[in-house]
Amino acid sequence: MHPVLTLVVQRVALGFLLLLAVSAVIFLGVAALPGDTAQAILGQSATPQALANLRAEMGLDQPPLTRYFNWLGGVLTGDLGTSISNGTDIATAIGQRLGNTLFLAFWAAVISVPLAILLGLVAARYNGRWPDKLISGVTLSTISLPEFVVGYLVLYFLAVKWQLFPSVAMVFPGMGLMERLNAVILPVIVLVLVVLAHMMRMTRAAILNVMQSAYIETAELKGLSPMKVIWRHAFPNAIAPVVNVVMLNLAYLVVGVVVVEVVFVYPGMGQYLVDHVAKRDLPVVQAVGLIFAAVYIGLNILADVISILANPRLRHPK
Amino acid sequence: MADTLLDIRNLRIEATSYPPGEPPRDVVLVDDVSVSVDKGRVLGLIGESGAGKSTIGLSSMAYGRGGVRLTGGTIALNGRDIRLADAKALRALRGREVTYVAQSAAAAFNPAIPLMDQVIETSLLHKVMTRAEAEARAILLFRKLGLPNPERFGKRYPHQVSGGQLQRAMTAMALCPKPDLVIFDEPTTALDVTTQIEVLAAIKEAIRDTGVAALYITHDLAVVAQVADDILVLRHGKRVEYGSTAQIITAPAEPYTQALVSVRSLDHVEKSDAPAVLQIQNVTARYQGTSFDVLKNITLDLPAGQTLAVVGESGSGKSTLARVITGLLPPGQGQIRFAGRNLAPDLAARSRDDLREVQMIYQMADTAMNPRQTVGTIIGRPLEFYFGLKGEAKRARVQELLDQIEMGKGFIDRYPAELSGGQKQRVCIARALAAKPRLIICDEVTSALDPLVADGILKLLLDLQAAEGVAYLFITHDLATVRAIADRIAVMYRGEVRRYGSKTDVLAPPYDAYTELLLSSVPDMKLGWLEGVLDSRKMAAAGH
Repeated sequence: MHPVLTLVVQRVALGFLLLLAVSAVIFLGVAALPGDTAQAILGQSATPQALANLRAEMGLDQPPLTRYFNWLGGVLTGDLGTSISNGTDIATAIGQRLGNTLFLAFWAAVISVPLAILLGLVAARYNGRWPDKLISGVTLSTISLPEFVVGYLVLYFLAVKWQLFPSVAMVFPGMGLMERLNAVILPVIVLVLVVLAHMMRMTRAAILNVMQSAYIETAELKGLSPMKVIWRHAFPNAIAPVVNVVMLNLAYLVVGVVVVEVVFVYPGMGQYLVDHVAKRDLPVVQAVGLIFAAVYIGLNILADVISILANPRLRHPK
Repeated sequence: MADTLLDIRNLRIEATSYPPGEPPRDVVLVDDVSVSVDKGRVLGLIGESGAGKSTIGLSSMAYGRGGVRLTGGTIALNGRDIRLADAKALRALRGREVTYVAQSAAAAFNPAIPLMDQVIETSLLHKVMTRAEAEARAILLFRKLGLPNPERFGKRYPHQVSGGQLQRAMTAMALCPKPDLVIFDEPTTALDVTTQIEVLAAIKEAIRDTGVAALYITHDLAVVAQVADDILVLRHGKRVEYGSTAQIITAPAEPYTQALVSVRSLDHVEKSDAPAVLQIQNVTARYQGTSFDVLKNITLDLPAGQTLAVVGESGSGKSTLARVITGLLPPGQGQIRFAGRNLAPDLAARSRDDLREVQMIYQMADTAMNPRQTVGTIIGRPLEFYFGLKGEAKRARVQELLDQIEMGKGFIDRYPAELSGGQKQRVCIARALAAKPRLIICDEVTSALDPLVADGILKLLLDLQAAEGVAYLFITHDLATVRAIADRIAVMYRGEVRRYGSKTDVLAPPYDAYTELLLSSVPDMKLGWLEGVLDSRKMAAAGH
């Protein structure tokens, strides 16, 4: 087998192992909380007999290991359990929420990743001169402001003052793509501003690091223009560090956007999670925790795999 | 008069230096140098490091490395002054009229791009030819330069080919766009001596066949004598002497040039036999996680107070041998006996006296010293550690050691950054000496130094040996160094000792095949040496 394939398979297998471990940690963490689902449903005034009956009915009287494997088996077959606060099927509810979150994250990524890399390249090209300082200054200010401040600023100017875009990101099933895009444009802008700086700075730093190499001088002495030197000779060697930071930010776009969702009243995963944490809806918290962990691990594995594939020494062994 | 291609007049090059703790100041790197190259001729630029050879070489592309500025004079290329040309004009001539071959091709090739794409990049960029034509020319050049499987060579990535092949590929890259002038910047310095001769021959033939003019930069006069028509000798950025190769080699006018020509004449009469201080007995070693032996059944003796030179090319296991002796790499089999006792295989199990009596000096004096400690602290450390010296007594002993390495007063409170390369290596010698060792392992200690400085270090080592009776295990790839210092020689090749004995025995025929190859590959400061060696090798090959 090609050594790269071995490495990739190893990484993916490790990812699944890690996910399994995380599922155990999530389960244990939730199980360790005082009270349980039966208690939550029946409330503080429930009689011990009623509690015991409900526990038996829900399987909560089983040993933790059995309950863990029951839950895991359910997850693997697409059954995430039932929400105790409203009795709905969690998988169905999450399905729609996750779709919305991914939609938002996707458009934020499509805009922010190429933009961040482009800005990083330009900043590296004009290292220490005014374009570099301008790009770094602007992106660092937007990352320094809390998300809700950026959110409200964007709301105030683009939605209220100039009335360019809707202030509330309302989406519902059956909406057309253009309508949807119009609805999410403000949260997308905020997310782009939030993740831009990190990826831009990493691209810039990685490029500047590579620019110290002897082969960059070779490229300059070939008569290549500075931008060509950066794009053709520096960037391919800077992919690994950039990809890692890009993936961290993509993961953030999926799992960390709760504040932005709240500001724009967007029906995504973050809001869903916060609502159910407040209601002590443990099955939902477990399910969402697992999905977030899977997104994180999945994207980081993807970063690893891309880094491996970008390394010519691994791709073309001696 | 022949067609002048490059005409440098009164060139002055400056840079800004930032010495630690002082305000920045301008330094002159090249001062009032004039030289010209005719079409199709090869000019050798020679001098020690800091002489400004590379700086002058790169100035013919109007390129200043780092903050280097071309501040005066004219650089006329094909009849026009390029010193102050704008960026666009410079891009048009770089890679088109003038190309560059760097010292370390391994670092100068982009690791992420296949060789062919890099080799033909300039030809396409400057629209010299179509992709198909450029690839055909590249393959032709690969073949001419003796690269294996020229049709497919370009598909490989830099890490997939050897250092010598990369250096030839870089020459192909420089010749591909049919430039008027190629700058060779120490193209063979980083190569083993047996590889150097092949690359040198390939470069020389390629220059002759394509009729290109060249600037050949090196610190090795014997190498440049094989390829250059004329030689410019530089020192401290100034011109020392300029003349035909024959004149420089046979009748150097200036004292500095005369010193360069005679630099390899240092000789050392071997000592008679003595009881061994170090015995390496049937040592076999491999690195963890690998499946082959780096050292195979090595048996060597080093008599007390003498020098055993271990010679071989990179990968022959020389440095691994040093690691085994010092206990950094416990051997798989075999035994190290030292001063009549067995040394524990692992460093951690050795007594303090075992540690004290075996010291090391490294190739890179720079990285072997803590840059934040003064010379006094660096040399004082073993005095404190082994002998418990403190305060005035320690300082007095440090001064004594500094006197022994001929550095005298005023150095004790300096930092490594304030010393020259030779001085740094001297401090490392003093540090090793401070422990009063019976054996010092010298790992390529002169390889990073200029020939004249290296000569000084070798003389110092010999004097110290006479005074202190210390034995040296001297690891080197340079046979001239071996002649200058060794009493015994071990020739290593791929983890085995190919030849071992007293210096006179090892360096006298009949040779085994590898020693013959190694000895005949060392450049001789003679015109026509290269052709002579190649011819005799061809004859020998035909005779078989």
